[in-house]
Amino acid sequence: MRYNERELLSLARQPAEKAAEIRMSVPKKGSVLKKRLVKLVVNFLFYFRTDEAEPIGALLLEHCRITKEEENVFSISFIEEPERKYCFECASEEQCQEWVEALKRASYEFLRRSLIFYRNEIQKMTGKDPLEQYGISEEARFQLGKRQQEFPHLG
Amino acid sequence: MKLNERSVAHYATCDSPADHAGFLRKRVERHHHHAHHYSTSYQRRWFVLKGNLLFYFEERESREPVGLVVLEGCTVELCEAAEEFAFAIRFDDAGARAYVLVADGQATMEAWVKALSRASFDYMRLVVKELEKQLEEACKSLAACRKSPRRSSSSGRKRHLSNPALLPLQEKPSILENGYSTWGSGGCIPGGAACPDHDGGQAKPPPLPPRRRSATGSATGSSAPSLSPAMLESPVSPDTICFSKLHNWYGQEIVVLRREWQERQKRGHL
Repeated sequence: MRYNERELLSLARQPAEKAAEIRMSVPKKGSVLKKRLVKLVVNFLFYFRTDEAEPIGALLLEHCRITKEEENVFSISFIEEPERKYCFECASEEQCQEWVEALKRASYEFLRRSLIFYRNEIQKMTGKDPLEQYGISEEARFQLGKRQQEFPHLG
Repeated sequence: MKLNERSVAHYATCDSPADHAGFLRKRVERHHHHAHHYSTSYQRRWFVLKGNLLFYFEERESREPVGLVVLEGCTVELCEAAEEFAFAIRFDDAGARAYVLVADGQATMEAWVKALSRASFDYMRLVVKELEKQLEEACKSLAACRKSPRRSSSSGRKRHLSNPALLPLQEKPSILENGYSTWGSGGCIPGGAACPDHDGGQAKPPPLPPRRRSATGSATGSSAPSLSPAMLESPVSPDTICFSKLHNWYGQEIVVLRREWQERQKRGHL
């Protein structure tokens, strides 16, 4: 699958929501924990060798599961392959909890649900749709309830 | 740079709803060693927009995307190509190539340009922040014009989401995994009974849950353990990240408040 790697690399250089040196392992046989610079930018988690400017890799954080494992450790796995885990060993339990919370909220889908929630609440309180003034109330991405499957096509 | 391509492809093709989809013709970019252009050619592809990701497939029924465009740091504009109904996705990064796409009509072109220009994560985040603010203001004005027999335990303390009673009644959202968290629609606690009333009420306020007593008047209403130095470097306001934390936290208070409210109702209080 092709993708605009250059833009993704540029994104990796943006200010991060969260960044830290964390020991990390990838779901490959014989993989060991290695110290990496881990950086959360929008819904991507980039990881770098600590002395390098370009990331080794990126994880898109959609449809993923963030799991608190043993002490100081959390993992990221993806819906379709739950056994394949990216493991992260933090310096402290506190740091671990912070990352788990941040990563759970990092997806676009989470943001969308937040928006729909606020929109709903404001509408209930004031009787008005807060998105109307911006002219975006009809946009598919902001719809309440189950969004219509307008484009049945895949899978 | 590696990418979790299998998972990304799965996200593209799973049945989570798309924000927009349709056929577009995509200009084929070729390396030009010379200044002149060969005749440009276009390939018809099936495009699917999910969140800040634009996928394209060879066919509508293809099981896997051919490609992906990450829509951060870009602008979408109409372009003067030889083709009618052409628009381009251009990136802030000066040297990056643009994606030139051609729709089959004025309406579809406009729909795509609109959908794509609002696709970025940053845009979504801005809208959420704005709505958070509006909700807070709505709570304040509601509290100002209602008299309530009870004070919320938050009285005297500015909070980002000032009215816990207006959060859903369920205790916690079940955050299964990103993309599968369930809020349920919940509902406001009916009536003005649970609105925060900073002017004081007629009845005694319910006792504060123990952990709340030590909270200081920070904007997020919490000792904010999640605000780490690494976060402060970010241009993103921490407010937006507190939503889930606040939600979890207030959920527990709501159970207590709700129980008390219901008992009061039974006893004939409002």
